[in-house]
Amino acid sequence: MKHSERLRTLENQSVYILREAYNRFDDLCMLWSAGKDSTVLLWLMRKAFLGHAPIPLVHIDTGFKIPEMIAFRDQLVQDWNLTLYFGRNEKALETGQTFPDNNLGRVACCGALKTEALKRTLDGSWPRWQVNTETGAYDRDPEPRAFTGVIVGARADEEGSRSKERVFSPRDHHGDWDVADQPPEFWNQFKTDFAPGTHVRVHPLLDWTEVDIWRYIERDDIPISDLYFDRGEGKRYRSLGCAPCTSPVESDAKTIADIIAELETGRFAGIAERAGREQDREGGGLEQLRTEGYM
Amino acid sequence: MSQPAPTTTDVDLTDRMSVTFVGHVDHGKSTVIGRLLADTDSLPEGKIDAIKASCKRAGKPFEYAFLLDALKDEQAQGITIDSARCFFRGAEREYVLIDAPGHIEFLKNMVSGAARAEAALLVIDAREGVQENSRRHATLLRMLGIPTVTVLVNKMDLVDYDEKRFEAIVDEYRAFLAQIGVEAVHYIPVSALEGDNIAVFSGRMPWYEGPTALEALDGLPRKSSGNDGPLRLPVQDVYKFAAEGDERRLVAGQVTSGALNVGDAVVFTPSGKRSTVASIETFAAPEKTEAESGESVAITLSEQIYVRRGEVMSHVDSVPEAATEIRASLFWMARQPLRRGVTYKLKIGTAEAHCELVSIDRVVNASDLGSDRTAEVVKRHEVGECVLRLKRAVAIDIADVVVQTGRFVLVDGYEIAGGGLVLEVVEDDLAALRRAAETRDTNWIRSELAPQVRADRHGHKPALVIVTGRRGAGRKTLARELEQRWFRDGRFAYFVAIGSVVHGVDIDIGRSPENADEHLRRLGEIAHLMLGAGMVLVSSAQNLGAREFSILKTLIAPNPVVTVGIDSIEQCDVDLESGYDLDDAAERVGRALGDAGVW
Repeated sequence: MKHSERLRTLENQSVYILREAYNRFDDLCMLWSAGKDSTVLLWLMRKAFLGHAPIPLVHIDTGFKIPEMIAFRDQLVQDWNLTLYFGRNEKALETGQTFPDNNLGRVACCGALKTEALKRTLDGSWPRWQVNTETGAYDRDPEPRAFTGVIVGARADEEGSRSKERVFSPRDHHGDWDVADQPPEFWNQFKTDFAPGTHVRVHPLLDWTEVDIWRYIERDDIPISDLYFDRGEGKRYRSLGCAPCTSPVESDAKTIADIIAELETGRFAGIAERAGREQDREGGGLEQLRTEGYM
Repeated sequence: MSQPAPTTTDVDLTDRMSVTFVGHVDHGKSTVIGRLLADTDSLPEGKIDAIKASCKRAGKPFEYAFLLDALKDEQAQGITIDSARCFFRGAEREYVLIDAPGHIEFLKNMVSGAARAEAALLVIDAREGVQENSRRHATLLRMLGIPTVTVLVNKMDLVDYDEKRFEAIVDEYRAFLAQIGVEAVHYIPVSALEGDNIAVFSGRMPWYEGPTALEALDGLPRKSSGNDGPLRLPVQDVYKFAAEGDERRLVAGQVTSGALNVGDAVVFTPSGKRSTVASIETFAAPEKTEAESGESVAITLSEQIYVRRGEVMSHVDSVPEAATEIRASLFWMARQPLRRGVTYKLKIGTAEAHCELVSIDRVVNASDLGSDRTAEVVKRHEVGECVLRLKRAVAIDIADVVVQTGRFVLVDGYEIAGGGLVLEVVEDDLAALRRAAETRDTNWIRSELAPQVRADRHGHKPALVIVTGRRGAGRKTLARELEQRWFRDGRFAYFVAIGSVVHGVDIDIGRSPENADEHLRRLGEIAHLMLGAGMVLVSSAQNLGAREFSILKTLIAPNPVVTVGIDSIEQCDVDLESGYDLDDAAERVGRALGDAGVW
């Protein structure tokens, strides 16, 4: 199987999953971090709906994102006429209850600025804003409704806990995930019947690997933040997060082809993608964060 | 003498095959996996030495199975490889190992994992021989549709690499597999502990001349993309993004079997509607005129017909059945057994229908294939052959003919509780009627005026509106009102009560209950004639139920029937209570016709 065929297979299946989600859930949104995986996911939404993006996007602004990511986000919202809502933990940011303010550990900071902000933005209990594609302004969402279905760009090869995910993964109303008792999933039949109060996360990219993502970006010429490339300093980001907790890696990859070569045979073959993410090293790490509702 | 492990320099890394390992508990599945990872250099550097050292400290002997556990521990910290999906490389391609827990308690997980795999390795302990789960897992693999099974007879070191012992197990297991219609690709004697015949050929069993486990994997053919088989495209959704200025009406779905070309004449089951593929639409991709199995497509049709999610598009010469009753072989995973008197939801392709268990032909003991023909329920972890009755017709194939549209899941409450393969479509009592209607349509002498030409003239498509409910609830009043209003609005509407038919067309048969179906059949045929002329026919009849609606729908398909009930026992498209407001009722029925695509 050539990689072009593998990409076609992955694309066809992801499109199928996106269309299932769109058909089965009324209050559906897609998380978009403006990073490479969720941007591929957004691109696949436009593939699935023939150039349209009928599922609203949700972005969690931790307040500490690398500034270029926000600029990239707003540019694509304009270019593709996207519906994008964003929310943040204003209280924690105002009172300095964060890691960069030296008041919280890294994992607790993720819990406050990401997990909590995400829960409250999704359920509509905290204010959220929409990027106005005509004026470029941020308009406050007058009546935030709750999203009960969330499409997420998690990949199974990222780390252990994600490898246990289902494509349609139920969460209780706290966003909690019961790893040990997951619904069966086979023959392209997913769990689409839910008790009231259940939320579901949909993972169309579960079978994609990091290299698949880059090959697909290359194939379809998908716009991507230039933070992923070496801009002459011998450094680039392999994974994007908050500035204080995400370090660039030593790399002189200037093109997508360079990145692919680096991942397959070069310096990153065999080194985990999230190696530059500090919060994974602390305490219970990512599995704990995920059982509590982190994406 | 052992040969070196295959080199991995020429491996095509994009050729990644998913394999699953199954077998009875303690037959050495984890050891085989550990050995494969170790002997193919798929482990992080120093991993084995580290584990050997820690075993020594703990005073226990090293086992290859510990490699897996160690990897799992490591993942919890978010580093290196992943346990549920390990990768290893053969000489030909890369493999992704899908973890399918062997313990019976984890059947849900085993099914979810194994169903994704393209190939399975089944491990049998040479000492213990064929055990319950050796048989049960093979039965499930067969049902899940895993194309190939390779059998590893493990722990040969414990039986002194005895050829006779190996042959005895092979004979017993081959006979078992034959009963369930499976033929193993290879039977390979191995010792995972000693590394014999896993990735490296062993000199300890000179009597064995076949491949190693890894060579066997490398020799497996890839699942073909499979354009053979008839076209099946279960409709996933229909899109029209008119708000964004896009006027295309897009029928979306995945081609699950066969191939599709622009210009193909197609039919949708169960509605029976026909059209022609006008285009295959794409976004940010080259134009295309054909699509094959596995592709998620969006097409447009030449004739604007109203189709819905759940219908299956096929070519006109090879059509799935519109079935309301099926005989199926199914496995059950839920704590609550499959039983009569419970309404389940059947999901097949993109269709859903409520269904009930009618009867259980037999429950198969998965471990010895013995049959219990007296079983009243199918319990968790059992496999049963049963008859299911659906509340409405859905497109169904026999699994042996077109597997993708021949297998289904059953949902109990909110959970997927079982999976099944369709063995047979049971003739329901409407099957004869359906066939008669099909024969009538095939032989119909067609007018030069296409239905669309009439629809353009009338400003609407034909439909039957049937008003039913309790005697004296005001059925005829509403039916007459509808006829008048629509007539005044310039629509081609006409009212015929079933009572009018009884004294004319039905004069040769009496009004006894045994003739009720025939009365209805004749009303249906009259409606079919009137609808052929492009009319919206309004009729009324007392207390019709789901069965009667089905008879009428069958006879006038693919034209729509809109049911209106007044104090009706059966749920209708529009439900009213006696004393209803006439204006409101007429408006609601009008809307229902709009929803059905009539106007």
